[in-house]
Amino acid sequence: MVLKVQGLYKSFKRKPVLKNINFELGQGEILAILGRSGVGKTTILRCINNLVKCDRGIINVDQMYLCKDDGEGNTVYAKPQQMLQIRKKLGLVFQNFNLFPHMSVLGNIVEAPINVFGISKKEAKDRAMDLLEMLELSDKANSYPFELSGGQKQRVAIARACALNPKIMCLDEPTSALDPELREGIASTIENLAKDGMGILIITHDMNFAKRIAHRIIFMDEGQIIKECSKEEFFNNIDNERIKSFIS
Amino acid sequence: MMEYILRLLPALLSGLDTTLKVFFLTLILSIPLGVLVAVGRLSKIKPLVALVELYIWVMRGTPLLLQIIFVFFGLPIVGITFDRFPAAILAFVLNYAAYFGEIFRGGIESIDKGQYDAAKVLGFTPAKTFTRIILPQMIKIVLPSVANEVITLIKDTSLVYVVGLGELLRAGKIASNRDVSLVPLVVVGVFYLVLTAVLTAIFQKLEEKYSYFQ
Ligand SMILES: Nc1ncnc2c1ncn2[C@@H]1O[C@H](COP(=O)(O)OP(=O)(O)OP(=O)(O)O)[C@@H](O)[C@H]1O
Ligand SMILES: [Mg+2]
Repeated sequence: MVLKVQGLYKSFKRKPVLKNINFELGQGEILAILGRSGVGKTTILRCINNLVKCDRGIINVDQMYLCKDDGEGNTVYAKPQQMLQIRKKLGLVFQNFNLFPHMSVLGNIVEAPINVFGISKKEAKDRAMDLLEMLELSDKANSYPFELSGGQKQRVAIARACALNPKIMCLDEPTSALDPELREGIASTIENLAKDGMGILIITHDMNFAKRIAHRIIFMDEGQIIKECSKEEFFNNIDNERIKSFIS
Repeated sequence: MMEYILRLLPALLSGLDTTLKVFFLTLILSIPLGVLVAVGRLSKIKPLVALVELYIWVMRGTPLLLQIIFVFFGLPIVGITFDRFPAAILAFVLNYAAYFGEIFRGGIESIDKGQYDAAKVLGFTPAKTFTRIILPQMIKIVLPSVANEVITLIKDTSLVYVVGLGELLRAGKIASNRDVSLVPLVVVGVFYLVLTAVLTAIFQKLEEKYSYFQ
């Protein structure tokens, strides 16, 4: 198990957005979170990556607690030093990528390893070039984000998130900016990462993409998980009305 | 004619010296202070925000000339005295830091919030996020407004005459009165034009330098 989420609650201005979310993600597993717009999918990713603090719940990243219950009903977060170790295990690819526009492709990838984690320039650069080669972007190493297509930006974002060899990769709507051909490309990229043992958490509206790539599916509605099952089961016998209307 | 201009030059150049000193000192001190003003204005500490807002309001809401007079002629009344030059610099720096602060704040606010998220998930501390991610993007955004402000500053330096400092314009005016001639004023005008032309060129170069990203 590389990620475990238990009893996760989150509300914004008293409006509950996540209500008791529980799930686990295994090594090399591709888990897709599906659901209508506004049901709280991105909020789950933001909680896991500590971009927002949850109200209550346990998040366990590769045997380390990001947050947990202190036994008296309070949720406590990891200390800064531990948080940095947790960040190393997590990669996040934003829906709009959020590349650093003032840094080259290579600069985007090596920035955190060198300036946050103190890895040597040479080592960081070698790793970055390997990643770029894997993602067929070697010739763009010195380009700037504004010179890239949407698909290329996304691959740079993936490379940046992979730079510290995380155990978990989170992707928010990875196909929303891509045409069908590029969708196949990103699907095989993600599969390759999973084959190397990374746990992959994908948020998507895209049924076909989920069908193509996911091992397991979580279906959300109104801040809750209303179905969790294997992909085969999910697409073969749809018993729930909400899921039916969502798929069709 | 040429001879007359040459005779004027020593006085004008010594005026220019004062003008440039006020100009550079104000720039060097007010830009970093402006960054602090912007950060303070954007902080989450309510009293600090209120304080900075008050400061900006006063500095932008009253004439710079009044502020110079206040520091040099006003403060001694309550026992705080400055020499002419430090008094002028203090007023200029406080005034320009407020303007720069507001420009920088606008620049920082126009940066996509996603940049902070990206920095955070990569483990950046707030300080590193600011210096490595926000500041370089801010500089590019604010360059045109800063150029405007800097050109205004070179002309504003003439205000230090009020504390009796012999800057460029004052040197020209003295010569013009003495010789009953327009020439010194024209020469002074040419000096300012050359200065602003140089500054414009420098900022153009800087903008080019920052055109490698969008
Ligand atoms: N920072 C915030 N402040 C206030 N409300 C928020 C905030 N972030 C999210 N919300 C609200 O939480 C709910 C869930 O948002 P979230 O972004 O998680 O949805 P989503 O499932 O990812 O939707 P989509 O598929 O459209 O991206 C929405 O109603 C949204 O308005
Ligand atoms: Mg979303």
